[in-house]
Amino acid sequence: MAARLRKAGLPYALLIPGLGWLAIFFAIPLLYMLFESLKQGTIDTGFIFNWEFSNYTNALSDFSEQFLRSFEYAGLATLFALIIGYPLAYVIAFRGGRWRNALLLAVIVPFFVTYLIRTLSWETILSDSGFVSDTLRTVGVLSEGGRLLDTTFSVVAGITYNFLPFMILPLYASLERIDPRMLEAGYDLYGRRRDVFLRVTLPLSMPGVVAGTLLTFIPAAGDFINAELLGTPNQYMIGNVIQSRYLEVADYPTAAALSFILMALMLAIVVLWARVAGTEALLGTERERR
Amino acid sequence: MEARTAPAPTAQREAGVPAARGPRDRHRGGSLLDLGLNFYALLALVYLLVPIAVILVFSFNDPRGRFNFIWEEFSLDAWGDPFGVPGIREALVNSIEIAALSTLAATALGTLTALALVRYEFRGRAPINFFIFIPLATPEVVLGAALLSLFLNNAVATGFGTIVIAHIMFSLSFVIITVRSRLIGFDRSLEEAAQDLGATPWQTFRLVTLPLIMPGVLSAALLAFALSVDDFVITNFNAGSTVTFPLFIWGAARVAVPPQIYVIASMIFLFTLAMMLLTVWQQRRAERMAAVRSEPEEA
Repeated sequence: MAARLRKAGLPYALLIPGLGWLAIFFAIPLLYMLFESLKQGTIDTGFIFNWEFSNYTNALSDFSEQFLRSFEYAGLATLFALIIGYPLAYVIAFRGGRWRNALLLAVIVPFFVTYLIRTLSWETILSDSGFVSDTLRTVGVLSEGGRLLDTTFSVVAGITYNFLPFMILPLYASLERIDPRMLEAGYDLYGRRRDVFLRVTLPLSMPGVVAGTLLTFIPAAGDFINAELLGTPNQYMIGNVIQSRYLEVADYPTAAALSFILMALMLAIVVLWARVAGTEALLGTERERR
Repeated sequence: MEARTAPAPTAQREAGVPAARGPRDRHRGGSLLDLGLNFYALLALVYLLVPIAVILVFSFNDPRGRFNFIWEEFSLDAWGDPFGVPGIREALVNSIEIAALSTLAATALGTLTALALVRYEFRGRAPINFFIFIPLATPEVVLGAALLSLFLNNAVATGFGTIVIAHIMFSLSFVIITVRSRLIGFDRSLEEAAQDLGATPWQTFRLVTLPLIMPGVLSAALLAFALSVDDFVITNFNAGSTVTFPLFIWGAARVAVPPQIYVIASMIFLFTLAMMLLTVWQQRRAERMAAVRSEPEEA
C-alpha cells in the first residue's frame, strides 16, 4: 500500500523542482508584469496600481509602427531563411553522402561565435568603406553616397543570418527522415521530378517547415540587437522599445503592456500556425501518446 | 531528362541494387538543375561562413580608429595581449562561472522533469507539456522583462545571482525537451531486467537508466552551456552592475570595438570547433569499427 502510494507520488516529486523553478521565475513574473502593466505614474512620482487599461491602448497606438515593423522584418527574415535554407537542407539530406556530418557542422558553426559578435561581423562587412560597399559602388549598384549599413536591408540581412541555422536544422531533420522508398514510389509511378518534390518531398517535410519558421520567426520578432547595431531609430523594432522603456526610460507600465501584447500576438501566431499546418509534433505530445 | 530517369529504378532493382539507394543515386546525375541546386547550396554555406571568416581575419587587424571595421594591416598585437582591454577578463570569467552554475542546475532539474514526463502516466501531463513549451515561444525580451518585474517588486538587487536564476530558467525548457526526446525511444525492458536481477530502484537508475540516457543529458548540458554563454537579452535585464562577455561587447559596440573582442571570439570559436571535430571523429571511428564487425553478416 505504502509502496503503491510512493509510486503514485514519484512522478510529481520528480516534477516539482523543475516545474517549481519555471513557476517561480517564469509564470509568477508574468503575473507581476501584468500587475505592472496596469499601474499608473512615472519613475519620479512612483507607480500606483489602479487598473490603468489605457496603458495597453496607448502602447498599441503609440508604437503601432514598431509593432508592424517587427512583424514585417521577422516575416521577411523567415521567408529569406526558408528560401536560403530549404535547398541547403535538401542537398545535405539527400546528397550529403559521407560529407553530411561535416556539412551539418558547417551549418551550426555560426553558433560557435557569440550572437553579438556575429552581428558586429555584419557591421564590419557592410560598413561604409568596407569591401562590399566599395565593390557595389564601383559596379554602380550602390550610388555614390549610398549605404548598406543603417538600412532596412542591413537589419533584415542580419536577422536572417542570425536565425538561419534554426531554420535549417529542423528542415534537415524532417527531410532526412523521409523514407527513400516514398520517392522511389513517386518515380515508379512516372512522377516527374517536380511532381515528386511537390507531392511527396514537400508535404513530408512540412513538420520541418513549421518548426523552422516558428523557431526563426519568434526570436526574430522580439529581436532588438540587429536593429540597434545594424540600423538606426528608423529601423527600431518593438524589442528596442521594450528594452529602452524598461532599462533607459524606466517607464515600466508601458514596457510591461508592450511585452504582454507581443507575447499574446506570438502565442496566437504559434497556435494558429500549428493548427494550419496540422501538426502536434511541435508540442512533443504526438509521439508519446502512441 | 525526366523521361529517361523515370523508369530507371525498375532497371536498378532488377539488377539487384538495393531500392533504398535509388533516389540518392538518381540525384547524382549531372543535369543543369542538379548543378544549380548544388551551387545554390554552396552559396548558402558561404553566406553562413563568411561572417565567421571575417571575425577570424579581423582579429589580426591593427585598426586605426576605435572601431575594428576597416582592414589596415596584419598584426599579432591583439593575439599577443587578448586581455589587454580593461574589464574583458572579468567579463569572460563571469560568463564562464554563470554558465557552469546554471548548466549544472538546469541539467539536473530538467532531467528529473523529463524522466517524470516520459516514464509515468499521470494526470495533468498534457498541460505540463504545454507549460514547458511556452517559455520557448516567448520572445526573450518578454522573459527578461517579466523576471525584472519580479525582482523590482520584491526589491531584489540584480547581479550575479539573478543572472544565474535567469539562465537556469531559460535553459530548463531546452534541457527537458532534449532529454525527453532521448527518453522516448528508451527500452523499458532493460530496467525491468535489472529489477528482476534484484537491483533496487536507485541502483536501476544509476546503473541502467542514467548511462543509457547519458548522451541525451550531455547534449542537453552542452546546449544549456552554449545558451548561457551566448545570452545577452535576458542577462541585460537582470544583470545589475555585473558584466558578462556579451554585455561587455554590447557596451563596447557603442564606443569602440577593439580587435581583442574578435580575438576572444576566435579563441572560443576554435576551441568549440576542435571539441566538435573531436566528437565527430570519434563517432566516425566507432561507426567504422562497428561496420567492420558487422560486414560478414551483411554480405
